[in-house]
Amino acid sequence: MNKKQKKMLVRIIVSALMMIGLSFVSATGITGFILYMIPYLIIGYDILIKAFKGIKNRQVFDESFLMAVATIGAIALAFYEKSGDYTEAVAVMLFYQIGEWFQSYAVGKSRRNISELMDIRPDYANIEKDGGLERVDPDEVETGSIIVVQPGEKVPIDGIVEEGNSSLNTGALTGESLPRDVKVGDEIVSGCINMTGVLKIRTTREFGESTVSKILDLVENASSRKSKSEDFISRFAKVYTPAVCISALVLALLPPVIRMLILSADAQWGVWIYRALTFLVISCPCALVISIPLSFFAGIGGASNAGVLVKGSNYLETLSRTKIVVFDKTGTLTQGVFEVNGIHHNELENEKLIEYAALVESSSSHPISKSLQRAYGKKPDRSRVSEIQEISGKGIIAKVDGIDVAVGNSKLMDKLNVPYINCHQVGTIIHMAINGEYAGHIVISDIVKPTSKDAIRALKKVGITKTVMLTGDAKKVADQVAESLGIDTVYSELLPDDKVNKVEELINSKEEKAKLAFVGDGINDAPVLSRADIGIAMGAMGSDAAIEAADVVLMDDDPMKIAKAIKISRKCMGIVYQNIVFAIGVKVICLLLGAVGIANMWLAIFADVGVMIIAVLNAIRALFVKKL
Amino acid sequence: MKKSYKIDVDCANCANKMEDAAKKTPGVKDAVVNFMTLKMNVEFEEGQDPKSVMKQVLQNCKRVEDDCEIFI
Repeated sequence: MNKKQKKMLVRIIVSALMMIGLSFVSATGITGFILYMIPYLIIGYDILIKAFKGIKNRQVFDESFLMAVATIGAIALAFYEKSGDYTEAVAVMLFYQIGEWFQSYAVGKSRRNISELMDIRPDYANIEKDGGLERVDPDEVETGSIIVVQPGEKVPIDGIVEEGNSSLNTGALTGESLPRDVKVGDEIVSGCINMTGVLKIRTTREFGESTVSKILDLVENASSRKSKSEDFISRFAKVYTPAVCISALVLALLPPVIRMLILSADAQWGVWIYRALTFLVISCPCALVISIPLSFFAGIGGASNAGVLVKGSNYLETLSRTKIVVFDKTGTLTQGVFEVNGIHHNELENEKLIEYAALVESSSSHPISKSLQRAYGKKPDRSRVSEIQEISGKGIIAKVDGIDVAVGNSKLMDKLNVPYINCHQVGTIIHMAINGEYAGHIVISDIVKPTSKDAIRALKKVGITKTVMLTGDAKKVADQVAESLGIDTVYSELLPDDKVNKVEELINSKEEKAKLAFVGDGINDAPVLSRADIGIAMGAMGSDAAIEAADVVLMDDDPMKIAKAIKISRKCMGIVYQNIVFAIGVKVICLLLGAVGIANMWLAIFADVGVMIIAVLNAIRALFVKKL
Repeated sequence: MKKSYKIDVDCANCANKMEDAAKKTPGVKDAVVNFMTLKMNVEFEEGQDPKSVMKQVLQNCKRVEDDCEIFI
């Protein structure tokens, strides 16, 4: 609670106690009036002052002004009718203030909670100085400096590990709870928490350019891009208050006049003015106006805590309407690294074959050779290899431990007159001959991410009607991947420009309401990301291009997060709609009941404050997305 | 030119009113008030001095909502 809220709370308690006390005292006439005015002024003096200032500034529809008119009107009515019942007016003011207090408290609290959730901002960086550590502002650390990160501290700036081993908790960035191990030479992104060992890091960027600053910037500005629902509500609020006030005026004047002139009955001014004052109590649009941005803020906060950064409320809205998801293949559904994916028709053991292949290719820097080295897993002992002959465009022949080994494509086998067996699998096929005999082949291909298939299934489950894959790869490869994942449509052998055209075609052929999302890894698909209704970039830790071009950024490269992001957006939008319907609905009902005299001022203020409290609590629900 | 200012205001509707008031101030091209983060992002028109424009913005905001503050 801040100072303002504490002061308000005291005022609320004091005047509430006085009101309870007054209910035991039967004071009438002028004494009663004065006695009741004390709690009224205690609780409402600031509203009265603000109302007065509102008149001066010609802000007739200011809510303080309206509350002042409603309560002063009720007091005047009680005074005029000599009923001496001032309780109602004071209570209305009291409950109005309780509502305002609660709103300010709840919003302040959730503001803090959500900011804490997103708080990955490092407060300091450690620099070694004269044998000791000195804490400095991360902003002051120059690129290329060495910083020390102790266990339990946040990595403040992006860099490369110079010394030390440790496990990193990337949870705050990716929502992933599994720790990541780092060693000397590894790149490290700011915002992670160092868990086990002391790390010395050579910074590669300035603080302002580091991942953590970029993300903070993005999240903080996210709710400034307003959604259609928010625009709707602020427009509604602008019309609502004047409309209710004018109806109140009509309600106060028209029925009595009609009764007097046409029905020649008693005008009943008091009854109608009272009903009009009830209208004024309901005229405050605050419940509506607060709950919508709060829902979005909570939704964006919850999402970022789960490793899904949404750049604006409007994107959350679009995401919830997504019906078509278009994927880029390499790096999105597949890992984008080429790996040994199969060994066939071999006479030797798999390990032996890989060992020979790795040794023969040990001096080559070709990507294929690198995948072979990775599959081998050990450092190849080059002394075992001799007489290396590279046959351009075909492969390599060498002696390993004195044995002739040939590693290459089918052309090499043809050249050596070795009969080979073609592979049914797609990918790069590496045939091997040992001592002039065919020894089998190794298939190297891009492997599908382990969660890709489940991700597609999860998308279907959340109601995505169509999944599409775009790739520059050969048709055979693309078709096989798509089939294994259960993707509906594939477009292969596309140039980068073709991808944009395809997405445009898809956008034109779909219904207006169904939205199209494009998922890419942010590398060379920026134009497509920005052309789609909503661009989702994944694996964006440290990739500026992706953060820049996309509307939604998935911090790790797990495609399962796409369905999760959609679920989060749906939940948030659900809450937004609930709040809109609920708040407007209750207000309309109260207005109707108030007009016919069923609802009195008590009910009106309860409805107003109650709706607001429920709407705010409901909005905070958008924060909880872990179990989606 | 765009600038971001910290603000203080108590109710969401008042924040909307501030946004409107800021938008209508001469020299301001566009303004967005974010009630949740209590920030006002202002885009100024070419060749305007942010300081003097913001003074006017604050005055206009005070007119529609007395209980507000912009930390210029």
